[in-house]
Amino acid sequence: MTKYIIKRLLIALPTLIGITIIDYAIMCFAGSPLEMMQGARISQAAVAAKEAALGLDKPFYIQYIMWLGQLLQGNMGFSIKSYEAVSSMIGSHLGPTLLLMGVSLIVSLIMSVPAGIYSAIHQYSKGDYAVVTASFFGSSIPGFFLSLLLVYIFNVTLGILPSGGMVTLGTSGGAGDVAAHMVMPVLVLSVSMAGTNIRYIRSAVLEILQQDYLRTARAKGIGRRSVIYKHALRNALVPIVTVIGMQIPVLFGGAVIVEQLFSWPGLGLMTMSAILNRDYPVIMGVCLLSAVVVLLANLVTDIVYAVVNPAIQYD
Amino acid sequence: MDKHRVTTYEDIARENYWQTVWRRFRHHRLACVSLAVLAVICTAAILAPVIAPYDPEEIAGPFGAAPSFKFILGTDQIGRDMLSRLLYATRISLLVGVLATAISTAIGVILGLLGGYFGGWLDIAIMRFTDMVMSFPYILLVLVAAAIFEPGLWSIILILGFVDWPGIARLVRGNVLSLRETNFVKSSIVAGMPVRHILFSDILPNTVAPILVYATSVMALSMLDEASLSFLGMGVQPPAASLGNMLNSAQSMTVLTKQPWLWLPPGLLIVILVVAINFVGDALRDALDPSAVMTIRKAGTAVPGDEKEDGKGSHAEKGEGAV
Repeated sequence: MTKYIIKRLLIALPTLIGITIIDYAIMCFAGSPLEMMQGARISQAAVAAKEAALGLDKPFYIQYIMWLGQLLQGNMGFSIKSYEAVSSMIGSHLGPTLLLMGVSLIVSLIMSVPAGIYSAIHQYSKGDYAVVTASFFGSSIPGFFLSLLLVYIFNVTLGILPSGGMVTLGTSGGAGDVAAHMVMPVLVLSVSMAGTNIRYIRSAVLEILQQDYLRTARAKGIGRRSVIYKHALRNALVPIVTVIGMQIPVLFGGAVIVEQLFSWPGLGLMTMSAILNRDYPVIMGVCLLSAVVVLLANLVTDIVYAVVNPAIQYD
Repeated sequence: MDKHRVTTYEDIARENYWQTVWRRFRHHRLACVSLAVLAVICTAAILAPVIAPYDPEEIAGPFGAAPSFKFILGTDQIGRDMLSRLLYATRISLLVGVLATAISTAIGVILGLLGGYFGGWLDIAIMRFTDMVMSFPYILLVLVAAAIFEPGLWSIILILGFVDWPGIARLVRGNVLSLRETNFVKSSIVAGMPVRHILFSDILPNTVAPILVYATSVMALSMLDEASLSFLGMGVQPPAASLGNMLNSAQSMTVLTKQPWLWLPPGLLIVILVVAINFVGDALRDALDPSAVMTIRKAGTAVPGDEKEDGKGSHAEKGEGAV
C-alpha cells in the first residue's frame, strides 16, 4: 500500500505543476504576474530598476520560474486594492470559511447518509419515492434562490434569524450568536450537497444489497437487520468516502456565492469582492490555493479508499 | 397475461433501438410529465417574439406595479412588462444551456475519443490536462474567466462550454477503452479500416447513451450556473433579460418583501426547468441501459453515473439492475 501512496504522490506532482502553469497563464491574461508580486506602491524610477531586477525582459518561462520561486517562499503578491499581502489576507479570512465548510459538510452528511441508506433499503416504498423527489429538488434549486427564500421566511416574516454577517454588530459574539448566524448559510450549502449525495449513496447501497454475499447471508438465516447493519453498511463506507471527497471542491465553489449573499466574512466573500473589483493577485491566489486543496483532498480520498477497502486493486 | 400487455411480443421483436428506448421511457410517468412541461416552456420561449404582449425593453407601464389585467405578471422597477421579460429571459437561459452543453460535449467527446483510442502519451497528456482543469473549483474558474473577459452572452456561453468538458471527456475515454477491446472493433482495426471510420462509425454510436444522459445533467448545471452568474452581475448584462439577472433585484429588502412578482416567477421557472431536465435525464438513463431488467418502476429512482475513474463510475451506473 505504501507503494500505492508513493505512486499517487508522484502522479499528483505533474498535476500540481500544471495547476501553477494554468494559474500563471491566466494571470498573464490579466496583467504581468511578476509586477503583481511586487505590489503597486513603487515610484517610476524604481519601476525601471525593478524591471531589470524582475527580469521582465526575459523569456516567459524564466519569468514563470521566478514567479514560482516567489510563490514557494510564500509571496503570493499584493492586492491591487488594499496593498495588503495576499497570503495574510487569505490567512485572516480562512477561519470563518473553514468553519462554514466543515459544519455544512457534517450537516449534509447527517442528512444524506441515513436518508440514502433508508431509501435503498426500502426501495419502491412511499418513503423512498419521497426521499428521491426531495433530493431532486434539493439539487436543482439554485443556491441564491434558496437563500432568498430562507431570508424571506426566517428573517423577514418570522424575524428569528439574522440575515447576514458572522456576529451581531456591536457585540463581541459568542458561540450562540455565531451559531444563529450560521443556520441559514449552512442550510443552503447542505441542502444542495445533500441532494446529489442522497442519490449517489442510494444507488451505491442498492448495488451492494444485490451482491451475492448478502444473498448468501440472508440464505444462511441471519436476520435482515443484522445483514444490513453488519455486512452491507461496512461496504457502503467506500461510496460514502467518495462522496466526502467529491464535496470538497463543491464546498469551495458554493461557499463563494453563499458567503456573498450572507456577508459571511470568509474566503468566499473576499474572493467575490476581488472578482468584482478585478483584483487579480487576490483572485489568482485564492484559485491556486483551492486547486491545491482540491488536489490534496482527492489524494487523501484515494488513500482512504485503499485503507477502507483492501479488496480494491489499483494497478 | 397477454391481454394486459400494452405491446405484443411481435411488436417488440420488430422494434428498432430508439423505439425500445421510447417505450421504456414512457413508463416513467414523472419524466413524461417533465418532457411535456419542457416542450411547453421551449415552445413559449421560441415563440416569444410572437406571443409576448409587450416589447421586453419597452417601458410600458408604471414602476413596480402589481399584477393586473393589463400586465399579467406586473411590471418591474422601471416599468417593463414582467411577462414579456420572462419569456425572453427563458429564451436566453435556454440558449445558453443548450449551446454551452453542445460546446462542452463536442470538446469532451473529441478529447475522450482521441485519448481513449490512441492511448500512450496522447492519452496521458489529455488525462493530466483533464485532471488539472477539474482541480480548479468549477465556480471559481467560471467567475475568474468572467472577470477577465468582459461579461456578455457569448462570453458566458464560451466560458461554460470550456469549463464543463472534463466530465464528458473522462466518460467517453472510459467507454472507448472498453470498446476498443471488443471483437468488432478489433476486427475493424485488423481489416485496415481508416481510423476515422473506426472512431465515428464503430465506437461513437456505442457510447452515445451515457453521453446523452451526462449531457442532460450538464445542461441542467449550465442553466443553474448561468443563473448564478447573471445574478451576481457577471453573466448576461442588462437590459437583456435572463432568468438570473431578473432575480438580481430581489437582493433589496423592499423587493423581497413587497414585490414578490418580481422575483418569484423567474426563480420558480429556473427550478422547474432544472428539475424537469433532471427527471428526463434520469428516465433516459433507465431507458437506455440495456442491462436493466424492465420493471414498472417509479420515476427518479436511479442516479446518473458520476465521473470518478477507477470503475467507481460504473458502480453508480448500474444502479438497481434486477429487482
